[in-house]
Amino acid sequence: MPDRRARRDLHPGAWWVWALGLAVAASRTYDVVLLGLVVGVACLVVVARRPVAPWAMSFRLYLWLGALVIVIRVLFGVLLGGSSTGTVILDLPEVPLPSWANGIRILGPVTWESVQRSFAVGLQLAALIVCVGAANSLANPRRLLKSLPPALYEVGAAVVVALTLFPQLAESIGRVRRARRLRGDSGRNLRALRAIVIPVMEDALDRSMQLAASMDARGYGRRGTADQRTRVVTGALLLVGLLGVCVGVYATADLTAPRVLAAPMLVVGFGVAGVGFWLSGRKVGHTRYRPDPWLGWEWFTALCGVVAAVGFFFAYTLDPVTLGALVVAALPALLTPEPVSPYAALRTPATARTGQEVAA
Amino acid sequence: MIAIEGVTFTYDGVAEPVLRDVDLHIEEGELVVVTGPTGAGKSSLLGLVNGLVPHFTGGHLDGTVTVAGLLTQHHPPRELAATVGWVGQDPLAGFVTDTVEEELAYGMEQLGVDPQAMRRRVEETLDLLGIADLRARSLRSLSGGQQQRVAIGSVLTMNPPVLVLDEPTSALDPTSAEDVLATLARLVHDLGTTVVLAEHRLERVVPFADVLVYVGTDGTVTAGAPAPMLATSPVAPPIVDLGRLAGWEPLPLTVREARRSSKPLRKALADAPPPGPGSGTRPGEALLAARGVEVRYGPLHAVRDVDLELPAGTVTALMGRNGSGKSTLLWALQGSGARHGGDVRVGGSDPAGLSRKEARARIGLVPQTASDLLYLETVATECATADAEAEADAGTCAALLARLAGTIDATTNPRDLSEGQKLALVLAVQLTAAPRVVLLDEPTRGLDYTAKAELATMLRDLAHEGGAVLVATHDVEFVAEVADHAVVMAQGEVIASGDVQHVLASSPAFAPQVAKVLGPEWLTVRDVRLALERSDEAPA
Repeated sequence: MPDRRARRDLHPGAWWVWALGLAVAASRTYDVVLLGLVVGVACLVVVARRPVAPWAMSFRLYLWLGALVIVIRVLFGVLLGGSSTGTVILDLPEVPLPSWANGIRILGPVTWESVQRSFAVGLQLAALIVCVGAANSLANPRRLLKSLPPALYEVGAAVVVALTLFPQLAESIGRVRRARRLRGDSGRNLRALRAIVIPVMEDALDRSMQLAASMDARGYGRRGTADQRTRVVTGALLLVGLLGVCVGVYATADLTAPRVLAAPMLVVGFGVAGVGFWLSGRKVGHTRYRPDPWLGWEWFTALCGVVAAVGFFFAYTLDPVTLGALVVAALPALLTPEPVSPYAALRTPATARTGQEVAA
Repeated sequence: MIAIEGVTFTYDGVAEPVLRDVDLHIEEGELVVVTGPTGAGKSSLLGLVNGLVPHFTGGHLDGTVTVAGLLTQHHPPRELAATVGWVGQDPLAGFVTDTVEEELAYGMEQLGVDPQAMRRRVEETLDLLGIADLRARSLRSLSGGQQQRVAIGSVLTMNPPVLVLDEPTSALDPTSAEDVLATLARLVHDLGTTVVLAEHRLERVVPFADVLVYVGTDGTVTAGAPAPMLATSPVAPPIVDLGRLAGWEPLPLTVREARRSSKPLRKALADAPPPGPGSGTRPGEALLAARGVEVRYGPLHAVRDVDLELPAGTVTALMGRNGSGKSTLLWALQGSGARHGGDVRVGGSDPAGLSRKEARARIGLVPQTASDLLYLETVATECATADAEAEADAGTCAALLARLAGTIDATTNPRDLSEGQKLALVLAVQLTAAPRVVLLDEPTRGLDYTAKAELATMLRDLAHEGGAVLVATHDVEFVAEVADHAVVMAQGEVIASGDVQHVLASSPAFAPQVAKVLGPEWLTVRDVRLALERSDEAPA
């Protein structure tokens, strides 16, 4: 394994595998303590290994979203009632419903057990959200798009452009709103909205045209125009492959389906889609500058996630196996190389500058 | 290298061609400067070279354009990417990726350059442009000059024999602009690159130019060696104006040449009375007084402990490099921007404490992107709304506009106005509320010499009527023309303040060309002309 003191960004795919492993683990259990630990592990790794970058700052949002999910789930648990057995902690009157709504209960006595159950379900959902949030904060979304198979290059380029557009849009809205105040306009009516939307749209359109001109002038879309036949073949292969994967996933989940449709179908589906990707990727004429390497630490991080997931298939309560799996999942926080932070400079002198640009 | 033959180009939906019967031949390794009034088709001429015109813009093109043996009719811009490197007006808007290294590599990725060669060329380009230490930086965190150099680098990595740049220095402070121009001159001299660039402010580029191309408003294009072209050109940098005034032959283009020819003139001026400080108007009471203004962004001081007074009847220039806190200070003074300390008094009260309506009746601000304030379909409705917003008499704004910019067709969409007219409209909108203090943020950006002269007259008139004007700008020659006082900022602090002559003439970066040639007492050609006229009259 390479020297771990050397700073480098791990392959974004490694973080996603790790986070998905943790999410699989979370989806296997309703144990509140374990779920809490999963969230804890995710937070620990994010705090230890996220770079200084705009996308990494979004993790707090995911935590809030998780908390909101728990609250909503518990409120719904109370509203729609639960089982009537158990310790009643709050005796609410039940709303009488007509007989055709049999099986649905609104309000009614709230039991400790039902609240606990809703909380656990909510916490599981929250843990899943936090896992995805962790992957989003740890892995640079642009670099992830760059690691897409060449066949998906065009999609990746579109998403990258969209990613650039959003901060610009926010900036230009801020600028125009400030400018409005110079005209003494503090109204919140329709006209004020128009006064903001029109200059902002004009600005956004202008920028998009400039970006398009710049991309065109720099050779975007120059190669990779496959002929009609290849395009039809690759399209068909991708479609059939995806269908196979869908059927396979369904059969795996539905235990009554014939087994031949499960694992074998999945394998065939992935295989066909893979061939499609490879075929269309072969036609793409561009190359990649310094693609992220997949080295020892990537394997290590991804394996930590897989171990966590596998551990929870052996047990799903508080148990040495699950605890051990979570400890392994937390290892990347301490062992992997620290990230480089291209945006660290934004924290120093240039913060003022970007601030001024917003002002300007 | 580039051959434009018999080209007439018309945009869709426009009756008049923007370029008419253009014949232009550019040899290998030449640095060509394209100039002309705003809206005259400079950008269209540049777009011809890499096929953006007409492939990207649409429109009808007659004639042929050949670049390095390739006809642009048959080759869209993306196929010319390795032949012509094109850098647009706003580098930030043209960036596709988010770090310097990736941006440099983007074009090569599109061309399918082999990864090994790609790595090598990125390193070479980083060194060539002197931006190796910025390689991992995010593009948005760079200063304007650095962004411009990265934009140049991002097309240089494809090794194009031709480089086309649209106003590469218009948004830059004098020092960054010199850096970018020096980089371009190096490319021409060391690599033999053919460089074509459009520029309004000729004073800095003319010394580097081999060919000057003038695009007229009627779409005709004339080209020639800079000196004979400038001798008759309606747009000329101050040094050429000075040369014409003194009748120097051949016309000097650099400060060095001018200084050599200027001995007799300096002798004649030694006896002439030097121009008085400012324009001779006595400064009145301070209309705006600021003490210890502070603005912070997080832990950083964007503006630190700034004291400023704007006396009635004067124009004050605010200068400093990009990001030195000029805009932030203007917004803080107006009261719409954040202010974390200090005190601002305009007519006895703090504009930050007033309602937005009351504040703008005392102090108006024209922001950097002036068009942010315009949102209606015609000039007439825009003016009527401005009257209503300011509770002024109907027609106030229209009258102001007529005075500032002459007659503008009231049914025009504000977006179709030229930069100078747009600025005049926004200024009229802001003046409708009758503020006595007016702040302007970078108004000269994108203005040609004529529009700049008109803006200077507008600002001087405002001052003569007893107002106080503060104008933030990078344009040294404009400051010399218009300002009485100058304030220089660096890192959020005021580092120099006082009479425009003292501040400008004492600084190598900010000294106007005339001062460099004739000495610190002389700032503008107008001063010299007046002094010569007076000394002519005196003995008679």
